[in-house]
Amino acid sequence: MTDSQQQQDLLHDEVQAGTTTGLASPSVDVTNDRQNSLWSDAWKALKRNPLFWIGAVLGLVFLVMAIVPQVFARGADPRDCDLANSRQTPSSAHWFGYDQQGCDYLANVVYGARSSLIIGVVAVLVVLLLGIVVGAIAGYFGGFTDGLLSRVADIFYGLPLILGALVLLRVGPSTDLPIISSRGPGAVAIALALFGWMTAMRLVRSQVIAVKSSDYVAAARAMGASSPRILVRHILPNAVAPVLVYATITIGVLIAAEATLSYLGVGLQRPAISWGLQIDAGQDLLRTAPHLVLFPSLILTLTVMAFIMMGDALRDALDPRQRA
Amino acid sequence: MGRYVARRLLLTIPVLLGASFLIFAMVYALPGDPIRALAGERPLSPAVMAQLRDDFNLNDPLGVQYLKYVGDLLQGDLGTDFRGRAVTETIARTLPVTVKLTAVAVGFEIVIGIVAGVLAGIRRNGYFDNLVLVSTTIIVSIPILVLAFVTQFVFGLKLGWFPIAGTQEGIYSYLLPGLVLASGSLAYVARLTRTSLAENLRADYVRTARAKGLPQRTIIVRHTLRNSLIPVVTFIGADIGALLGGAIVTESVFNLPGMGREVYNAVRQQEGAVVVGIVTLMVFFFIFFNLVVDVLYAVLDPRIRYD
Repeated sequence: MTDSQQQQDLLHDEVQAGTTTGLASPSVDVTNDRQNSLWSDAWKALKRNPLFWIGAVLGLVFLVMAIVPQVFARGADPRDCDLANSRQTPSSAHWFGYDQQGCDYLANVVYGARSSLIIGVVAVLVVLLLGIVVGAIAGYFGGFTDGLLSRVADIFYGLPLILGALVLLRVGPSTDLPIISSRGPGAVAIALALFGWMTAMRLVRSQVIAVKSSDYVAAARAMGASSPRILVRHILPNAVAPVLVYATITIGVLIAAEATLSYLGVGLQRPAISWGLQIDAGQDLLRTAPHLVLFPSLILTLTVMAFIMMGDALRDALDPRQRA
Repeated sequence: MGRYVARRLLLTIPVLLGASFLIFAMVYALPGDPIRALAGERPLSPAVMAQLRDDFNLNDPLGVQYLKYVGDLLQGDLGTDFRGRAVTETIARTLPVTVKLTAVAVGFEIVIGIVAGVLAGIRRNGYFDNLVLVSTTIIVSIPILVLAFVTQFVFGLKLGWFPIAGTQEGIYSYLLPGLVLASGSLAYVARLTRTSLAENLRADYVRTARAKGLPQRTIIVRHTLRNSLIPVVTFIGADIGALLGGAIVTESVFNLPGMGREVYNAVRQQEGAVVVGIVTLMVFFFIFFNLVVDVLYAVLDPRIRYD
């Protein structure tokens, strides 16, 4: 949050509560333009980091690939298959060769980007929603509430992500829970988020505890701001930087988890196009047609790498203590 | 110290119970009749079905089923699968495989991770340091699934250096899957060692040691490394608990008959008792090693007191 924005917030609280504390219009100008904010410093550091640019370019390429896969598929339709071409190796006309069914493999791999990215981003959004809400409540109210919510987080933390999601997705289709029973990308995203929100919760909780006893929070409370308002406008903005870093890296981690679940047979189901399904189909042909495993693996790895590199670079830029 | 450990032990009980109930509820809340599935082609008589349902406590409400399960658990009985084999036997059969795999993985973490981290940390921003930074970023980005197939293809199939799958060749069979399983943590250990060492090398006591003329080797091995390895040791300790529960993919790809592959097969075949039993054990390991690490921290770092 910028200083001028904070001034406006304080002013708003004063007006709402009908008090004047003088905090909202201090005699000294605290909004000095020459003072660099955290974000402009971070951007300067980011611009100099080659890892960030590699990650950003890769990420952009995969984003475009997810939106308009036709551009990358070189005119081939992933569902236009001819068994006569089954398992042909890569050639200059068909860069990734053909799969078992004789479908153009480049087109298939390229079309896989969409579901991976959608699941990764949606799952992270749900993770953030759960993590921020639960973490903010636990940190702000403390005491029994905190103890209870932290134990709930501990319980989920004890279950490995893949294992928890595996069981839920195996059971899911036979229940009548709204999204979980669908066997679609929504179910995979929800399952991943349900067993992956704990770290975000702990991040937010510790940030809230760290700043809730500071003077400006006391000032906002003195001016009559309500708990939700203090939480949303004065406390949570402090957690934006670590949560952003965490979210960027986690998109990559969850994309890998989605591929793993699809490989294990509980994620996306055929005829959906997914890198995990492609690796699963290719594994028995590793001896005769290794390209069927290697190409989706390569693209999957590059996608995960894009997000992890961006997240790493963002952390280095946002955490001044790590700067040498 | 004793009081701290006792309080932590007490706190683990609700967490362990909660995690096992969570998995229990997911497994047993599912509709569909496992007894009917068990019978297969030939329909069972209603009397036999009722008897079987009663034996597996399938008629009780979920809460009662779970309480009965915990009661049996406390007496060392984890129930049987639908073929009548005791779950404890299944665990006894698969646990050694997973323990061996974890031991090999931790071995790789210690040897490769710490050595790479020390070499990188000594010369910060040097050639080797940058090499470690870039290669750890790449390693962390490769999903276990991909790494398992690529190493299996390159080192098993093409080069023939390692067995492709199974456990026929003793500890040699565990090297490749162990390395794959360790990869992510290994990269993290290298980075942690590097950061920690580089930070400690700037400390005052290192300058004093250097001023009194100690050779660089002694300064690093005797003075700096000991302090720098405290966070590394605690990370590896906690990682043992995580590795014991996270080998589903590695064990499946390399066909190792461990707990991870067993629990995966059990989930697919809806063998509820096996799933709940093994997962509860995995959660127990995870919590136990985290507790050990917290206590170990106070032993290794005298500045930390838990009273």
